[in-house]
Formats: sequence, C-alpha cells, structure tokens
Amino acid sequence: MTAVENEKSTVTVTLNGVEIEANPGELLIDAAERHGTYIPRFCYHSRMKSVGMCRMCLVEVDSGRGPALQPSCMIPVGEGMTVDTESEATKKAQDGVLEFLLINHPLDCPVCDKGGECPLQDQTVAFGPGESRFVEEKRHYEKPIPISDTVYLDRERCILCDRCTRFADDVAGDTLIHFMDRGNSTQVNTFPDEPFASYFSGNTVQICPVGALTAKPYRFKARPWDLEETISTAWIDSVGSRVTIQSSRNQVLRLLGVDADSVNWGWLSDKERFGFEALNSEDRLTAPMVRVDGRLEATGWAPALAAATDALRDVDPARIGVIGGARLTNESQYAWTKLAKGVLGTDNVDAQLGDGLPVEAVLGLPRATINQACTPGRTVILVGPDPKEDLGALFLRLRHAVVNDGTTLIELTPTRTGLSTIAAHSLHPKPGEVDLLAAALVDAVSGDAHDAAGVPANAIAAAAASISGPVTVVLGRASVAESAAVTVDAAIALSQLEGVGFLSALRRGNVHGALDMGMAPGLLPGRVPLRAGCDAFDQVPTEVGMDTIAMLEAAASGDLDVLVLLGSDPLSDVPDADLAERGLAGAGTVIAVEMLPNASTLTHADLVLPAAAPTEVDGTFTNLEGRVSVAEQKVTPPGTARADWMIAAELALRLGADLGVESPESIRAEIAVVSPVHAKLTETALADGRVEGVLISGSSIEAPTASGSTTPANDAYSLRLVAARRMYDNGTMLQASASSAGLAASVKVTLNPTDFEKLGLDAGTVVKVISGRGELMAPLAADFGVPAGSAMIPTNAPGSNVNTLIDASASVTDVRVERA
Amino acid sequence: MSYFTAENLETAHEIISRYPRKKSALIPLLHLAQEQEGWVTDNAMRQIAELADTTPAEVKGTGSFYEMFKFHPVGAYMINVCTNLACQLLGGEELLAHAEESLGIKAGGTTADGMFTIEDVECIAACTEAPCLQVNYRYKLRLTADDLDQLIDDIRNGRATDIPEHGTLGLVRQHIPAGAGAGIVAPEQATERPVWLARNDAAAEGREG
Repeated sequence: MTAVENEKSTVTVTLNGVEIEANPGELLIDAAERHGTYIPRFCYHSRMKSVGMCRMCLVEVDSGRGPALQPSCMIPVGEGMTVDTESEATKKAQDGVLEFLLINHPLDCPVCDKGGECPLQDQTVAFGPGESRFVEEKRHYEKPIPISDTVYLDRERCILCDRCTRFADDVAGDTLIHFMDRGNSTQVNTFPDEPFASYFSGNTVQICPVGALTAKPYRFKARPWDLEETISTAWIDSVGSRVTIQSSRNQVLRLLGVDADSVNWGWLSDKERFGFEALNSEDRLTAPMVRVDGRLEATGWAPALAAATDALRDVDPARIGVIGGARLTNESQYAWTKLAKGVLGTDNVDAQLGDGLPVEAVLGLPRATINQACTPGRTVILVGPDPKEDLGALFLRLRHAVVNDGTTLIELTPTRTGLSTIAAHSLHPKPGEVDLLAAALVDAVSGDAHDAAGVPANAIAAAAASISGPVTVVLGRASVAESAAVTVDAAIALSQLEGVGFLSALRRGNVHGALDMGMAPGLLPGRVPLRAGCDAFDQVPTEVGMDTIAMLEAAASGDLDVLVLLGSDPLSDVPDADLAERGLAGAGTVIAVEMLPNASTLTHADLVLPAAAPTEVDGTFTNLEGRVSVAEQKVTPPGTARADWMIAAELALRLGADLGVESPESIRAEIAVVSPVHAKLTETALADGRVEGVLISGSSIEAPTASGSTTPANDAYSLRLVAARRMYDNGTMLQASASSAGLAASVKVTLNPTDFEKLGLDAGTVVKVISGRGELMAPLAADFGVPAGSAMIPTNAPGSNVNTLIDASASVTDVRVERA
Repeated sequence: MSYFTAENLETAHEIISRYPRKKSALIPLLHLAQEQEGWVTDNAMRQIAELADTTPAEVKGTGSFYEMFKFHPVGAYMINVCTNLACQLLGGEELLAHAEESLGIKAGGTTADGMFTIEDVECIAACTEAPCLQVNYRYKLRLTADDLDQLIDDIRNGRATDIPEHGTLGLVRQHIPAGAGAGIVAPEQATERPVWLARNDAAAEGREG
C-alpha cells in the first residue's frame, strides 16, 4: 500500500454510476442515504444493531466478484465497491420481498392508525407489485391484544422486522416482548400475564414500520394528513428530549421523539411521550379563581390580578416568597425573576422544593454533556437517583454507552438502580454516607483503599481500579431522606478526580433554566451571584434570601405575608410534609400560578391564576447539560389561561413597574444582553440548533464548600430511610394523564429479606413505619437490591406520602418498622 | 413459586456453571424442566428466567422455537408417526390412521388417561426402515399395524421399560465435575486470543514464508 492510500480517510464507492466518498465502517444503507439515495427498509434502524431480517434493502453490490444481491443494512462500505440500487435485479428483489411481506398482511389500511404514514404502505407504492398473486387464506390472530396498559399489538399486521423486540432487549433492557413460536406461527408476544410494562414501551410504537403496535392515547384520534406538527422540547423531565408535537383541531394528539444526536437519539420515556394527555385534561384551570368562604370560585382576570396586586403592594420584600418555577420556559422564568427580584425586591425565590441541590453544586462545578459522559472509554460515576426512574432518555443513553461503547459505570447509590445489572461496580453506602464513600473512592484511586460507609475496602479498591479515562459524575439526590449536604460533600470529594465533569440529575422539567434565570436565593440571571448586580433590573436585593425550606419555616411562624406557588406543590414534593403543611397554613396570602390544580392549590391557595402549558407558549427550555432548545406554541391555552411571563408582566405593570417585555423574543434578546453566558443565544443560533439546541457554558458561581456535617450512627432497632422517586407517582401531571394515571404503584416499604428475620416480618405484611416526625402504614416488600439496614419507600406514591416521615432539618431519617 | 425439585435445582445450577453466560444454559434448562413434568410449565419458565438472569418472555421465545419443547400437557408417551415420502409410500399414513383409531384420538391429541399423544411428523431420518415412528424419540422401525398395537399394549402394561416417560432425554445424566469443563470464558472476558486463531496465523505465515 502506498503512503497516499494510507492517509485516505474515506472509502470510494460507486453508487448508481456516481463515485461517492463514504466513511470507513459505515453501512452501505447509511452511506447511500447520506448521498441522496434512499434504500427502502423495514427492520433497519440507525440507532439499533442491524439484523437483516426484512430483506427489503437488498441491492446489487459488486465487491469484485461480480454483482450479487446483498442486504445493504448488513454490508459495510468497501473500497471500490460498485452498488446499483436501481438495476433490474434490485427492482425485482424489492418487488418480490414486498410481495412476500404482504402475504399475511391484512391490508386493513382504511381502519389502521398507521395508514398515511406507514412505511409498508409507502414502500409498496414506491417499490412493490401492483397486485398480489396470493389467493390463500391469510394468518389470523385476535386483534388487537393489549400488551401493556398503553400499547396494543395487532399480530396480523406485524411483518416480524424485530424492531420492537430489539428495542426492548438491546435499547431498554426490558426483554418483555419476544418472538414466540416459529415458521408461519412466529409472532411477537409477551409471556402470559407478564405485560410489556416498560417505561419506554411507546418507542416501539414509534419505530413500528407497520400498524402492528399502536398506543392507547392516539388510537383512532386522527389521520396523519390532518396533523400539524412542530419540533419542540419535552417538558416532563430535565433531559430536554427533542420531540415533534402533533396536533389537530387545536388539540395536541401525539408526541414523537426526534433524533437529536446530543440528547435523546429519538427515544422518549413513556412519561415524556404520553404526558401531553394532562394538558388536554378536563381538570385544566381555565379561569382565575379566588377563595371565598373557604371555597375556590371562578373569577375574571381583572379582579384576580387586582387582588394579587393588593396582596403584594407595600409588603416588606423579606416577607414575600416565590416557590417553584421549574415548569416555566426560560423567558417566563426571567420575567418572574425580574418581577420578584427587580420589582418586588425579594430574594426569596426558589425553583427547587427542598428536594434538589444547592446552586453551587449545579453551576459551580465543571459540567459535562451527555455526549461527553457517553464517549467510549470513559467512566461515569452515578451519585444520584436511578436515571431509569427519573430521567428516562438519559438512562437509555447511559445504558447504550455502557453496553455498547465500553463506558465504565460505577454506582454510589443507596439501593440497586435500573443500571446496576450493567454497572462495573455497584457500591451501596449507608444512607447519608455517600460523601464518605466518594472520599474513600478518591483515596483508593491514589492507592489508599479503606472501608467506608459500610462498603469494604476491596470493593472500593476494585471500583477505583476500573476507572479509565475522564470521569463524568451524574449528580443528584438519590434519596430525599438524606440532606443535600451529603450529596454536595460527595461531589466535592469527587471533584478532585482528574478531568472530572458533572452532569446534573436534577429532574424537574426546566429546573436548570430556572437556575440560569436566577430563580434561587442569591442568584441572578446568567449564572451570577446577587452581588454582580443586573443592569436591566431597577433594584437588586442586597441580602441573600431564603430557600424553600426556610420560606416554609418562616411562613409557619407567621413571617411570610405572600407566598407565590409557581407551578409547585409543596404538600406533595417538599421532603417534610409536616413543614409544608404548617408553612402553607401559616403563610398570609397564597397565590398559585398553575396549569392544573394540585393538593397545595386546592387546600391552601387564596388566589389561583391559570397558566398556559408548554405546548401553548413560545419559548425555550434548558436541559441538564445547559442546552437551550426551542419550545414552540402548537395550540392555544384553554379558557383564559395565560403564559407565565404575561402574568409577571401584568402584575409588574399594576405594581407601577414596567418589565419591558413584549414577547418571548424580546425577553430572549434581553437575556442575551443581561447574561454573559447567554450572549451566543441569538435567534440565528436557535434556528441553526433547531434539533440539537444551543449549549450554554460558563458560570460565575463558585464551587461549593464542604458542609462538614456528619451523619449520626443509627441504633440497632431502626432502619435508615431511603426515599426515592419512581417514574409513575401521584404527581399532578401524571394523575391527569388518562392512560398513565393507573400505572403508579401504591406505596410499599421495601427491605432486604435478611432484615425480615430480624424484625420477624414477612413480605406482604402491612407494617407501621415510624419516624421522629410521623408514621405511615404500608405493606412490606422484599428486594435484595435494598441493602440490609435500609428501608426504601417511594416518594409521593399513592397511599401515603413518605414525606410525612422526613424532617428536612435532619441529615438522615431513621425509622422503626413494626407490625401494624 | 419455585418449580424445580431440590435435586433438579442442583442439576440446574450445575448446568448453568458450565457456561460463561448464564443465558446460554436456556435449552438444557428447558429440557430439565420438561423432564420433571413432561412438559414446560409457565412456572418452570419463570424459574428458569430467574436462574439464567433473563426474562420469562425470552425463555419462552427461545424455547417455543423448538418443536420438541411442549408448552401444554402431553401424554406420558408421545408417538410421532412419520408420513413423509418414504414412509408414506410404505404405509405411514395408514399406520397413523391405525394409531388414531386404536387410541381413539386424532393426531395432535392426547388420550383421556394422559398416557398417549400422537403427532404426525415429517421425515425422522430413518427412510431405509420405513414405515417408522418414534415413541418419546425412541425409534420403532418397519412397523405393521399389529406391531403398533403390540407396542401400545406393552406400554400400557409397563413392559416398555426401555422407553422413559416423555421429557426424559437420556436414562443416564452426565455430570461434569466442576473444574473438568473446557474453561470457556465469555468473549468480553477473554484475555487471550482463541488458540485456533493463533494456529491460523501460524499457518498463514507458513504459507507466506
């Protein structure tokens, strides 16, 4: 080989008589598509392994031994390869394959939801025979059968492409559907009485190339040609998955994943995909409400705003608080920060509900992107919640990286997670001691391995030895029963690792946007502290304000005159239910700005202002990497609900101040001027980043400092509480989604079976769980994934809320479990 | 909800230990389950899934590809009558019809006492000995209708001691002591190249040299 050939980084292929340059190792089907030749396919999916099942992509390939029909999804390009996708042989093969695929296909297109967007339909028109020669009886099955609560399977329509089963097995790791039987009887099915209960089942519906898989929320709702669509951002969690929002007659009917290479690769969790149902819910707030004689009654905007203004006017800024804001777009968040901090002059603003992390831990540490975390050969350390439960699309990315790209995953989590089976090392510290474990891991990297947090030295040493390449720490609160300080201390310890980057695992939709827009005490828009000031604000509070917990404490002791709930439900979400109740009861006027009424609104709000949903406003969202992407208005808000920024602007006007905001664009322009880190967020950049978004980097926030707090030892009779989130819970949005509401499992207490003997209890027994704060009743469940000595109770589960057991001021919560 | 008997569970663990990946043991485990009950029950598949670190759906998907695994109760004696070409020419279909008449069931069916199931099978590779059939996969060759009646009678009266009940493949189970296995490791854990690859390389070098 000559030197010149050695340097050549592409492979030359002759495609239909034209020479093209392909990347070495690239599949022929991809290379052809990149150069404008679409080869028909059913089973091939660029984000999954090729299997060559459907034979639709057969093309004539000559690699030097004469032309032969080859499946282009299985053939990597080769130097000098000649490919003909339009030859007679290719056409005949495509025609023949389609005739075979249609043998058993029922051709019930007129009643099939896929009709109009069906690859089988489209490709039959483009490449197939005009008519079938098959006169025999087709295969018959009961149609359709529900294979989960949301997904229906019509086996007659299935062409056995293996896409859904490959997704379930390879991508999601939930091998709950499989090919059953063989030959003419081959069918996709579940095991009897074991449904396809995957958090990601909706993806199989999206990738099904025929109408075999359909999802309940969209069945018989619309025809594809009646749908209007726009690219937007999912709002359910902070991954910021890119989606196509499809609507018809001013109603959102479906969300599809968009393949953004840096974010979700086209995948969505079912919560993201079907969460739109809540926005169409009949419970949506359509008019302002005011509490009259203890009951909320509808009123008009003018009296409602007047009441809100009256409550806010001439109040000591220190006696005003704003809790929430993670639901809002960046633009609305900026407007509310400007109203609270610039007009009202209060710094008591917190978008997190005491279940998140301090600003310094999110903005003050070097950050990493999802793609950096998932780069082959690197290491991911998980100090946070189970991504499968909290951040579905991130879970799929991490899983792919570990399974396929050799990323090393080390878990420092209180219990087993959805990634444990593929993690290189799963270390489970005693709740409240992950900081000690993190420090021990760092010690072990430098050769000094020792026991920590109940984990033996050799396990820590083995984990330390497996670290390769730069480390990304996925950082969040694994359990809200431990104080945030423990997580922060763990982050500080891990920040000593070389080349470390942090990927925040705060879960709420736009919580990272909220922090960037200054919705935290001591913070101003643009990731700057209060003392940096803000030219666009008339005033800036001088004192650092209170966080959610402190605000509720102040309210409980009668020191808060006005409490604004900006899309938040402290009663359900603050990890101290007792404090939340006392705080809401003790606050002067409670003003809620909400899409849907929640527990806190219904019981405590004096004034409710209806807000527009994410599909009803223009704006942007910021994901956990700091990536800003567009959310576009697709439908109009119900009733008189308004965008949150409009409400802020209106309130400001009535208070005699002009926020100077006219539209989301004008707010964005102001943000770009005010915030040094957002300077590159121009309309052009946003348009260019329509799919991938615009990554915002840099921060003026200092790194967190160690809390120095230590976790007390628990006594022999108590168990240490782990309160972790599950994907499906009693959350307001989920419970308003018709097809998903029933998926939330009722509360149970999960212990390691070895603890059962100690307590003399069995799985299924209803027990009383008692802490210093309160108690709850729930049945017991067994799981070896919960370490001995810990008790796992999901947060906000139907039945009883674990938050009643938690004391926000304690570093850990110990509980006793007794027979009820 | 465990399915395997204590003894079989021990065998199951022994089988699993032979493979670098637990899932590789699915087929032998399904055989073991079928040996225990004569067919593969849902509970058996649940326990196999647990033992092999996979899901019941994958166990059933894998097993149901194979005709010899039965996922519904079958008779203790499974009679497979060949009706493929050579047997057909020499009276295979008549033999099947006779079996159906003698036992009072149709092919695919099971007698009420749970003793016999008849199946119509394709070529079982004994064309020189046609017409032939298998009882629990033990060959019976060049059978006449009378031979078949005699066979059924023998089985009914416990005289067919050479044929174990359905599900048992071998009368003797081979036990490979721990440590006597081939020491195969999973590809991702292999530290050395396979021996045969080195052999191939050496051969190739020899050719070039």
